Order: sequence, then structure tokens, then C-alpha cells
Amino acid sequence: MTAYLVRRVATIVPTLVFVSILIFGLQQLLPGDPAMVLAGEERDPAVIAHLRETLHLDKPFAVRYLYWLRGVVHGDLGESLRMQQPVRELIAEKLPVTVELACLAIVIALAIGIPAGVVSAVRRGTAWDYGANVVALWGLSTPNFWLGIMLILLFSVTLGWLPASGYVSPFEDWRANLASMIMPAFVLGNAIAAVLMRHTRSAMLQVLSSDYVRTARAKGAPERDVVLKHALRNALIPIVTLGALELGTLLSGAVLTEQVFTIPGFGKLIVDAVFNRDYAVVQGVVLFTATAYILLNLAADIAYAIVNPRIRVQ
Amino acid sequence: MSVPIASAADGPATGARGARLPAPRAHVLRRLLHRPAAAFGLVVIALSVAIALGAPFVAPYDPIATSFAAVRKAPSAAHWFGTDEIGRDVLSRVIFGARASLLAGVVSVLISLTIGVPAGLLAGYAGGTTDMLVSRVTDALLACPFLILAIALAAFLGPSLSNAMIAIGISATPVFIRLARATTLAVKAEDFVLAARAIGNAPWRIALRHVLPNIVPPLLVQATLAIAAAVIAEASLSFLGLGQQPPQPSWGSMLNTAKNYIDNAPWMAVWPGLSIFLLVLSFNLVGDGLRDALDPRHAWHS
Repeated sequence: MTAYLVRRVATIVPTLVFVSILIFGLQQLLPGDPAMVLAGEERDPAVIAHLRETLHLDKPFAVRYLYWLRGVVHGDLGESLRMQQPVRELIAEKLPVTVELACLAIVIALAIGIPAGVVSAVRRGTAWDYGANVVALWGLSTPNFWLGIMLILLFSVTLGWLPASGYVSPFEDWRANLASMIMPAFVLGNAIAAVLMRHTRSAMLQVLSSDYVRTARAKGAPERDVVLKHALRNALIPIVTLGALELGTLLSGAVLTEQVFTIPGFGKLIVDAVFNRDYAVVQGVVLFTATAYILLNLAADIAYAIVNPRIRVQ
Repeated sequence: MSVPIASAADGPATGARGARLPAPRAHVLRRLLHRPAAAFGLVVIALSVAIALGAPFVAPYDPIATSFAAVRKAPSAAHWFGTDEIGRDVLSRVIFGARASLLAGVVSVLISLTIGVPAGLLAGYAGGTTDMLVSRVTDALLACPFLILAIALAAFLGPSLSNAMIAIGISATPVFIRLARATTLAVKAEDFVLAARAIGNAPWRIALRHVLPNIVPPLLVQATLAIAAAVIAEASLSFLGLGQQPPQPSWGSMLNTAKNYIDNAPWMAVWPGLSIFLLVLSFNLVGDGLRDALDPRHAWHS
């Protein structure tokens, strides 16, 4: 297990290095003098001089990258020019909101995706199966920001049941928090539920045709136990691993969902930064999401190796 | 259990020996059209392309002509889909908006294919250091969530439809590199490649003449599904203000404006969203159908 761990952790190092080069390299795409662009519309000479110095703009690309990397490794993601605040602080401030949204979305996705996948595998070829597949296709093809707008139209404008926008901290008022988060979480969870349903269906179909499931049936175990205890437990392993890959969908979706429901999270931070030309924030957020994505997938792989010894000896 | 399966699979093959086999491509198209869902998708895509190309003839109004006498009018005989916040005809804007979506979908996937296929083919066929380098860069690109990478690229390149297409194309590239590499590795191990090498073909010739044609089917399926994702991505970037710039119509930017008038002009939000949904659904249906038609073993109901 230790050898596997070392090998697996070693593979993420070059990936992280390339990610950082890629994200730092984005700066090179800016047309013209980066200091002029970064200084914004005011073009204050003092700001420009300060930028040239802090960004080492007179040095070659590789040297600038190393300076930047040294900061990043020490937890310094640069400073937001607009908000005059370290990027790290901004991320730490907005992250809990997005994490709450993402967790609620995952709960909703699991609650819809897994039962739907199980039912469509068990009742394969029936109306249930077709119905679940239609719902999955709908989930995959609906742009989530449009779904969000339509839900606002239904639940906020027409019925008046839920607030259309705004965010209340759960520590202030958890009921108001839940009321403001339920629609965004559903919108975000919807697309992932569709993917989970497809994964669950194919994993269940594979497991249900295996020998031990036939043995369980032959010894007279109730069908309910065969499906839930014998089949689903084993089918869950690939579902968890494949589900971890959906984290990117979750983060991308959060950007749009937060924009629709004006939730002050991570996604809103990057979009506002784009329009404020606050490039350090954009780079910081992308670097943070990529690193989080790599580490969470590493965690999923390790979890997979713990439950499935065959992976370790490959 | 394996005996009857093997003989059943052998039957038609031996029976067909000597007889002319139908052209494989015609076969695939026929199988595709036999699937109602895929056929529906193809029809919708064909209609969308026709509408986008003939937009000036189909649209009842100029999509950017404002009319302050007709601000936020509900759907009527004069304006089937209603009008927007500055009196533009929503139907005409939806029709012209199809251009941005289809163009972005196709062009960005072409960008991904142009970069991804040669890179994947090279990595898979050459192996060694080249493979290692290409694979690590691919991993790095894959680690950045698709839309977040596209947003960052669009932010640094500047907001416009063409930059959105470049951003989406680059963000979608790693999937094609991975697929091209994996299929190349599989095809490389086949006997006919070994034979081609044994008779002294140059490596580039083997890669282009023997490997490439055999990795096309899975790439075709992926490209169709990628167009669906690219249409959503373009709409998303336009929704955020990073795609097609006003006053030119795009479904995403129409939804961005519509969001602010949802309580008194909901029709502004319904039609562009429905159009995105229908187009994306169609590409997904054709992609799924194509996968089943090219490889019937993987049909979801089989």
C-alpha cells in the first residue's frame, strides 16, 4: 500500500507543475505591456511602477515564473488590485459559501442519481428504464443557468415560495439559508444526478450479472437484499471514482449558478474578477480549483485502492 | 455457454464469405437513421443549420433593430415570441442566435480536433519521452475544470465570440488527446500495423495511413458529444458576458438580459433557453446513436 501511495502521490507533482506553468502563462496572453493592462483604466504611474517591481516584469519569463511559484508555495497568491486584499483571503472568505452549495448539490445528485440508476438497471428495458434515461438526457442537455431562471420564474415569481436571490449565512438563520440555497443546489445537482444515474446503471448491470449475485438469489435471499446489499455495495466503488471526476462539472456549474442566484461565492469571485480585470484573482482561483480537483481525485483513487486491493499491485 | 455464442457470431460471417459486403459507412448511416431518437436529433440539427444559414430570409425582423413603441411586448401575432427590453423581436434574435451557437459548437470542436488528434496520435505512436510530456500537459489541462479554464482564457484573451471559441476549443482539447492516444495504443498492437512495419513503411506513413483511419470512429462520437458541450459552453460564456458581444444576438447573452426582466417579461427567457436545450439534446442524441451504430456491442439496451 505504501508503494502505491508513493507512486500515486509522485504522479501529481509534474501535473501540479504543469498546471502552475499554464496558469502563470495566461499572463502572456494579455495584449501589450502587462503592467499597463494590470493597472486598469486609471494607469496611475505609481501603480505601474509598483507592478513592474512586484511582478519582476523586467526579468525573463522563467525567472518571473520562479518568483511567482515561490510566493504560491508559501501561500501567497498575489493581491487583488481592485479590492486591495490578498487573493488568499478573498478565496478563504468566499469558499465556505461555494462548499455549502456544492455539498447540498452532491446530496441532491446522490438522492436522485443513485436510486434512478438502480431502478433502471433492475427494471431494465421497461418503462422505468426508458423514463430514467429520458430524465438523464434532459439533465445533460439543459443549461443549468436556464434551469435556474425557469425555477425562479416558477417558485419565486409565480408561486412566491422561495427567494429569487441573495444569501443568508446558516449561522444567522439556517431556515432562510436553506430557503435561499435549495433552488441553486437543485440546479447544480441536476446535471450531476444525470451522470451518476448513467454510471450507476452501467455498474449495476455489470454487478447484477455476476456469479455471486446469482448465488445470492439461488440461496433464496430476498430480491431487495440482493439488489441493495449484494449488488449496490459493489457497484458503488466505480460510482465513487467516476463521481469524483464530476467535481469539475460541479465547480464549473457553481460559477453559473452563483451568477444566476447572486450568491457571493467562489464563482461570483472569478466572474467579478474577470470584469474588474483583476487578473491575480483569476489566476488564484483557477490555481486553487485545479489543485483542489487534483487532490480530491487523488483522495478518491486512494480510497479506491483501500477497498480494492487489485489496484495496488498493478 | 461460450459455444453457442461463438457459433452464432460465426454464422453470418462464414455465410457472407465471398459475397460483397455493404459499404461500412452506408451501414452506419442506415443504423443511425433507424434509431428514432438519433433521427430526431439529425432532423433538428439540419433544421437549425438551415435556419441559421437562411436567417435573413426566415427572420421576420432585423434582430438588432430597436423599437421603443414595442418594449417588452408579450407574444402576439406581430411578434410570435414577444419583444425584449428595447423592443427587439425575440423570434428574430433567436433565429440569428442559432448562428453563434452552431458556429461556436463546430469551430471550437474543430480547434480541439486539430490540436488533440495529432498530439494524441504522436504520443501514442511515438511513446517514450514524447508520450510522457504530452500526457503530463494533458493531465494539467484536465485538472482545470472545463468552464473555469475557458473563463480564464476568455478573460485574458478579451471577450468576443472568436475568443470564446478559442477558449472552448483549447479547454476541450485534452479529452481528444487522451482518446486519440488510447485508441492509437490499441490499434498499434494490431497485426496489420506490425505487417505494415515489417514491409518497411516509414513510421509517419504507418501513423497516418494505417493508424489514423482506425481511430476515427470513437473520435467521431466524441466530436459529436463535444459539439453539444461546446454549444452549452458558448451559451455559458455569453451568459457571463464573455462570448458574443451586444448588440449581436446569442442565446446565452439573451438569457443574461432576460434574467433581469423575469418578473414582467418571462418570454424573453423561455425561447432562447428552449433553443439551447433542443440543439444540445439533438447533438447528444446523435452522439449516443452514432456510438451505438458504430459499435452495436455498446448499445445501452443491449
